[in-house]
This record gives sequence, structure tokens and C-alpha cells, in this order.
Amino acid sequence: MSKKTLIVIGNGMVGHHFLEQFVASPGAAEYDILVFGEEKQLAYDRVHLSEYFTGSTHADLAMGTADWYSAQGVELRLDESVTTLNRDRKRVTTPKGEYGYDELVLATGSFPFVPPIEGREHPHCFVYRTLDDLDAIRASAREGKSGVVVGGGLLGLEAANALTNLGLQAHVVEFAPRLMPVQLDTDGGALLRHKIEELGVQVHTEKATTAIVEGENARLRMNFSDDSHLETDLIVFSAGIRPQDALARSSDLEIGERGGVVVNDQCTTSDPHIHAIGECALWDQRIFGLVAPGYTMARTLSAVLNRDRDAAFTGADMSTKLKLLGVDVGSIGDAHGQTPGARNIRFNDEQAGHYRRMVISEDGKTLLGAILVGDNSHYDTLLQYALNGIALPTNPETLILPEGQGGAPALGPDALPETASICSCHNVTKGDICNVIDAGCGDLASVKAETKASTGCGGCTALLKNVVDSELEKRGVEVNTDLCEHFPYSRQDLFHLVKVNGIRTFRTLISQHGRGQGCDICKPAVGSILATCWNEHILATDHVPLQDTNDTFMANMQKNGTYSIVPRIPGGEITPDKLIVLGEVAKQYNLYTKITGGQRVDLFGATLSELPEIWEQLIAAGFETGHAYGKSLRTVKSCVGNTWCRYGVQDSVGMAIHLENRYKGLRAPHKVKMAVSGCTRECAEAQSKDFGVIATENGWNLFVCGNGGMRPRHGDLFATDLSDEALIRTIDRVVMFYVRTADRLQRTSVWMENLEGGLDYLKQVVLEDSLGICAELEEHMNNIAGTYQCEWKTAVEDPEKRKRFREFVNLPQQIDPVQEWTTERGQRRPVSESA
Amino acid sequence: MKARTCWNAVCTVEDLVPESGIAVWTEDGPVAVFYLPHRLPALFAISHTDPFSGANVLARGITGDLKGEPIVASPLYKQHFNLNTGVCLEDDSVRVKTYAVLLDGNRILLETAHKQREAVAA
Repeated sequence: MSKKTLIVIGNGMVGHHFLEQFVASPGAAEYDILVFGEEKQLAYDRVHLSEYFTGSTHADLAMGTADWYSAQGVELRLDESVTTLNRDRKRVTTPKGEYGYDELVLATGSFPFVPPIEGREHPHCFVYRTLDDLDAIRASAREGKSGVVVGGGLLGLEAANALTNLGLQAHVVEFAPRLMPVQLDTDGGALLRHKIEELGVQVHTEKATTAIVEGENARLRMNFSDDSHLETDLIVFSAGIRPQDALARSSDLEIGERGGVVVNDQCTTSDPHIHAIGECALWDQRIFGLVAPGYTMARTLSAVLNRDRDAAFTGADMSTKLKLLGVDVGSIGDAHGQTPGARNIRFNDEQAGHYRRMVISEDGKTLLGAILVGDNSHYDTLLQYALNGIALPTNPETLILPEGQGGAPALGPDALPETASICSCHNVTKGDICNVIDAGCGDLASVKAETKASTGCGGCTALLKNVVDSELEKRGVEVNTDLCEHFPYSRQDLFHLVKVNGIRTFRTLISQHGRGQGCDICKPAVGSILATCWNEHILATDHVPLQDTNDTFMANMQKNGTYSIVPRIPGGEITPDKLIVLGEVAKQYNLYTKITGGQRVDLFGATLSELPEIWEQLIAAGFETGHAYGKSLRTVKSCVGNTWCRYGVQDSVGMAIHLENRYKGLRAPHKVKMAVSGCTRECAEAQSKDFGVIATENGWNLFVCGNGGMRPRHGDLFATDLSDEALIRTIDRVVMFYVRTADRLQRTSVWMENLEGGLDYLKQVVLEDSLGICAELEEHMNNIAGTYQCEWKTAVEDPEKRKRFREFVNLPQQIDPVQEWTTERGQRRPVSESA
Repeated sequence: MKARTCWNAVCTVEDLVPESGIAVWTEDGPVAVFYLPHRLPALFAISHTDPFSGANVLARGITGDLKGEPIVASPLYKQHFNLNTGVCLEDDSVRVKTYAVLLDGNRILLETAHKQREAVAA
């Protein structure tokens, strides 16, 4: 039986993708395939077109090779455009000949819309679509100084970037009142404009061009309807696209009112043997101007031609994430909140230049859309919430708040359902990725090669890596957990290297087990490990440069470069005399004073040189350092307990003071908080702490790995009715096991969630000694408690260490000139720029 | 024409802290001087003012190297600055002033603009 003929008109990204899909399918055996391309070049990546100006060649951008086509038996006829289509005879003609078809695929794409402006035919007016266009623009730019892009949409800004790369002063002229009117709202557009103008591109909104005439100082002059004008050497029109439907029109296929070849869910036109995919196709009155929906259509059509009765195109997600002139812009789903009842949450930080808007459903449960400008780090998480209808957290605003100010951590790969779409260009779900890993893909590169995930627009690269890492890890495959570029080890590995080899300095560790000089990631991490293992003073010469500034100066740096001081007040118990000393010191140095959440007093606004003087007085009054600056035990909060309270069943204050004095100064991967409540009323809120102790009639219940702060977690009940000694012993073991095995900056709550075997495993290790390490853990903790020193006491007594506290080493009396102060509610505070 | 400059002694070797920075006061404002004994040259000087916060704190940042280039991380918001060029690694449109610095016997000399001359000229 002779083969049928399939003709594809158009060799762009979508046409090429269709061929890739179809030739790999069984149905391909029934057809001879013939492809016509209007351009001279093989299909290339138009999404990254502007890279052509920064060094990429056609070969870099090409989607395939001529060899690939011939190997697949596909006849490729480039530089040959189809001029007529005769549906009755099922034939197409080109200037070179006439060809018959059985099935015809239109993948003709779109052409740039050029508004009907007088003078638009000028030789220095261009569009931005093909490599030929770019060659012409480059030639024109050589003699020019400035260029205008008409159209402030996604492609227009891309073109403006290209003009900047060509060394031109770029202008963007937009008819709408803001940039990217389709994707952004007023605030987002305003921020984008501000950022782009900062980069030297001039933006002109609400400008309608009436005519293009000869310029006086440049080649061209654009006249606007408001009687203003702009001179420029070249103009690039990027005012939207129109479907390339000329062939379909001339052969009386059904065409939409505003253009586009009408297709059904099977991507078939009004003629059952003619199909259309990509930007030339009109589905449900919509043209899809992005590559991902085009790819979906291509896959649908390939299935349809394989007689898959279920194959259907059902619309596509138009979310976009891109970097325009180096500025992050993201738009997801119903970005403008057009769904009835939709509500908005907006975060607008004009200082940092970040704008984020979430559109949520009336019931507050699902994310409908989002807009991001300035920072796309939240995009992947928000997209997953929107695409998969994942229920929003109780406080959805945490999804767009900055981290550390209540912002939620990104949605972990584990939280995604199997059906979650990871790569929308190639329609790869998390389940697909799991399948290829199970089938033997052992790293990111092979997963990409097998699934093609992240080889389209590339927007899912980070998410894909997270999913692959997490899935590989689950299967016991080694994943790169290097601390940083200086150490090919995790924190846990480094801990063992230090401990086992008795390494006492950073220099020794990096010269024996790392490379380079270190950085702000590995230095504090190693500093903390050394402190845990050997408990030497953190200001010992070898350790000083390892510490974060807060550890170096044993105080907390505030935004104007001054410090706050938190003396230890164990259990929150303080004598009136000591309280008076705090007041007197605060008065003497004009320190802003505030009670902390941990039952202590925080004194703000001390300069570097004042710190040792202040601490001399505090130490004389019996205070010790509170380690508020360290990754170490902060406070042990307590309620007043059975010494006063009529409900208390144990002495919670006494136990809190005991715990605080035992664990103070211990360096850990992150800060550690504890609390002791004197009865089940839990006034000390112990279940929100890393270690929470609640009194019972018979002793103490211990809760571990709780957390307040940005991601609250109730502690897990670990052991019940413990005696005083058993309580201390248990905490010793858990604390030391955490310190030895946690990652850098990992709180106990996250550590527990990532601990294989979880709570049960921790109980086995600590309560049943399943690893046989409990004696060692206890001994280690005893050593640390036994070598405790008040860091501040040691520092103020050592003239060498005190030298570090000079504001300016050559002018001890010089006051830092940038510290400006104002008074509020009777206290001094820094003048803030935003106020 | 190159602006007139002068070399001033700002501190001594004893004031330096290996692998870390100190701040000095100059006619040009506060300057951070870093001593990285494992590099050659080992001395670097950049403005002490953190451009992101306006606070005079850069000398108190953690030093090190990234891809072989000497860096300091701002102690406030943790941006990295190249100690050779002053360029911020996270945002190359931001750059802090750098100063030539050298060791003369026991003294650390810093090159700053010649203020007196400028005043006369103005």
C-alpha cells in the first residue's frame, strides 16, 4: 500500500515540535512528510531571539539540524513559501511547484502588527520577529545613536533590551498608561517602568503615534497625538502579533472575526483534513501567543493523527515568568482579579523595588492569579498553588512576604501532588519525573534528556532541580550537599572531620579538606562547629574572622550600624537591684529599652566603642552575656510556677534557671529556645519552643522540636513524667544529637521533619540508645557546660580583645556621622528614611 | 588630568586583624581596611559605608573569596563586594569606592583625594 502524504506549512518552534512528536509515533509510518519553511533557516528558538545580539548564532538557537530531518525521512523545503491552497484538489502550490496532500498542518505562526501610521514604510522602521529582521536592525543601528520600540509589552521590552545591547539609547513608546498592560496592574507597571528607566531606557506611556517623518537631529521624527514628538534613528514595531492566516483565508477556511484559523479541540479546522497549531490557530476565540500552549497543540494533533479519540486541547496556562532588561517579571493566571468575588493581597516594597500581588478566591482557599515585579523567587511556588489548586495556608500573605518577616518557605517538592505540572512547555508532571528516575535516570541531566523538562522556556529549571534532588534523595542517591564552593562537604560531614581529626582552626580545616579562602557561608558554620567541639573563646585570634558581626562584637547589629545588648536573665527572674542597674545603664548611654518576647530586656543604640564600657558595668552588677547574637541557647522562658501560682504543680522558674545555666553558651546550627510551664495551663508556651517542658503531678513532660516564628510548629511529646535528672539527661542527648547532625542554619523543627524515621527514630536513639552513642553525647554536653565562660567577661578583661571595639582605629573619639536620631514616645530611635 | 591625591598614614600593622577588617577615619570619610594574609597583595581598602543601608559597617563583614576574587559580605544585608573593584556581586550596578593602600614599614598608607588643593582651586 502506498503511503499518504502529510504536509506541514511553517517551520517555526511549534511546527518543529509537532514533527518531533509525530515522527516518534506509530502513525508516522503511514505518511510521507513534507515541510515548507518560508525562512532560509531551520526552525530556531524565537523565545531567546535577543540572544542573537549578544553572541548567539543561528546554530545556537536552532531547534534541530538538517541531518535530523533527513534521518527521520522528512523532506524539508526551506525558503519556499506556499502561495495557494486548493482544498478541492488537496494540493498546495509554491513558486517552485505543486504538491498533493492527504493531511495538511498549518503552523504558519503570526506576523507582527504594524499600526497604520503614516511613514511606517521608512527603511529604518523594523519589526522584531525573525533573524532577518534582527540582521536589518543591527545594520541600521551601526550608524545610529537612538532607537524607539513602539509597544511596551513583553516583546517590546525584549526588543528595547536588544537595542540597548546594540549600544543605542533606547526608548519605549506605549499607547496604554503602563508597561505590559496585559500582564501587569498599575502598581506593577509603575515599578517596572521605574526599574527600566533606572537602566537608562526612556519610557513614554499614553502616546499614540500619528506620523513618522524625516527628523532634524536624527533620521526620523515621531509625531504624537498630544502634539509632542520624539526624534530617533530607527523604529522597531512591537505592537502585538496577528495570526498568519492568509492561506486559510484565501481558501475559505473558517476564520475568526479578528483573524486566526478556527480550530476545534482536536486542532482541526473547518476542513477535516486541514489542521492548525500554534499562533495561527484560534481556539475558543483565543490566540495563544506563547510557546507552551503551541507545544500542547502540537502534541494534541500528533495524538489525533494517531487516531487517539481522547486527545483534546483544552486551553492552556498563560502564566509567564521572564527577566526583562534584568528585571524579574511574573504573571500568573487571573492576574487582574477578574474572577467574581476575587480578593487581593498586595506587598509593595518601593525601597527594595519588589511588588507582589496575589489574587485569591472568595473563600480564600485557592490562588487564582499573581503578579510579581522585581523578584521572581516566589513565582514557582505561587504557580504550583495556582495550577494544582493546592489549598492556601491559613495566612496566605506569608507566601509573598519577604523571608524572615513572616514569609513562608517555598513549597517543598514533597508537597506537590504527582499530577503537578513541573514543565508546562513539554507537559512534564512530577509523576513523569518519578517514573524516569525509577527507570534509571540518576541525575538532573539525564532526567532532562529523557523528559525534555526544562528544555523549553527554561522557567522551571530551579523547580525541576528541587524535585529531582528530592526524589533522588528519597531513593538513596547521593545529591550534592556541598556547603559552598570552598568545601565539598555537608555541615554534618565537616562536624565529623573536625571532631575525628581534632581540627581546631578554620585554616587547618580548609587547607586539609577545602579550597580557597572561605566565605560568609562556610566561615560562621565552621566557627560554630569549632565552638561546639572545643568551646574556645569566639574572639580567640583564630576564630574572630569566622564570626558574623553579631558574634564578633557579641551584640546585635541594628539597621544603622549600632548594636543592641541583651544581658542574660535566666528564667526571666530578676532582682529589683539588677533591674535598676539596667535602667541606669540605659539612661547613661541613652539606650532605647524594650522588653523582649523571651522575658529579657533589650537595650538598643549602643555604638561599637560603648559596648565594652557598658558591659563592664553590667558585669560588675552580676550580669552575663545573653547570647542574643549567637546561634546558641537564647532564653528559657517560664511561668511563675508553684512557688506563687495556686495552680502550679512544680517549680517551673527553678527548673528554667537550671536549664538556662546548663545550656547557655552552647553553639548550635541555629538558635535554640526553651520554656518551662508549671502546669498544663502552659502559660510559658513551651510547646512552641525547641525544647518545651511542662510540669505534671509526677515530674516533667518534655516536648521537642517546636517552633514559633515564621513557620509555627507544635513540639512533639517526647517523654512523660521525667524526674529532674532524667529530664536533663534527655535534653542533653537530644541537643547534642541535633548539634551533630543538623544542617547549617537548620532549626530543630526542620531538622525533625527531615530526620529519616522522624520522632520514633529520635526516641530510639535517645531513649533506647539504639546507636550506642548516648554516653558520648552526655559527656560532650558535660564538657561544654564545664568549660563555660561569659564571653563578655573574658573580652572586657583582655586589652587585645577590646581593641576590636574601636569605631575608627585612628580616631577613637570620632562619632559615626551617619547615625541620626529622633525621639519617639520618650525614647531615642534612628531616623528612618521611610518615615 | 588625574586629580591630585595624597598618601596618608591611617594606622599601623598592629591595628589590623588578620582575615578581617578595621575602620579608619579619613578626609574622604570612613574607610574599611582589610588584611587577608593569605593573598598577595594582602591589603585592601574600600569605603566603610554599606551602599544598601547607608550604615558605616563594611569593615565588620566576613571576608573570603568567591571564584578566587577577594570579597567582603556586608554584615547587614549580606551582599558581597569585590575588594579589588568595589563592585557588588549581587547587583553590578552598585559599586563602593576603592582606595589604593600600601604598607610602609609599620604604617598603613591610604591614597585619598587632596582636599586642601581642591579647596584652593574651588
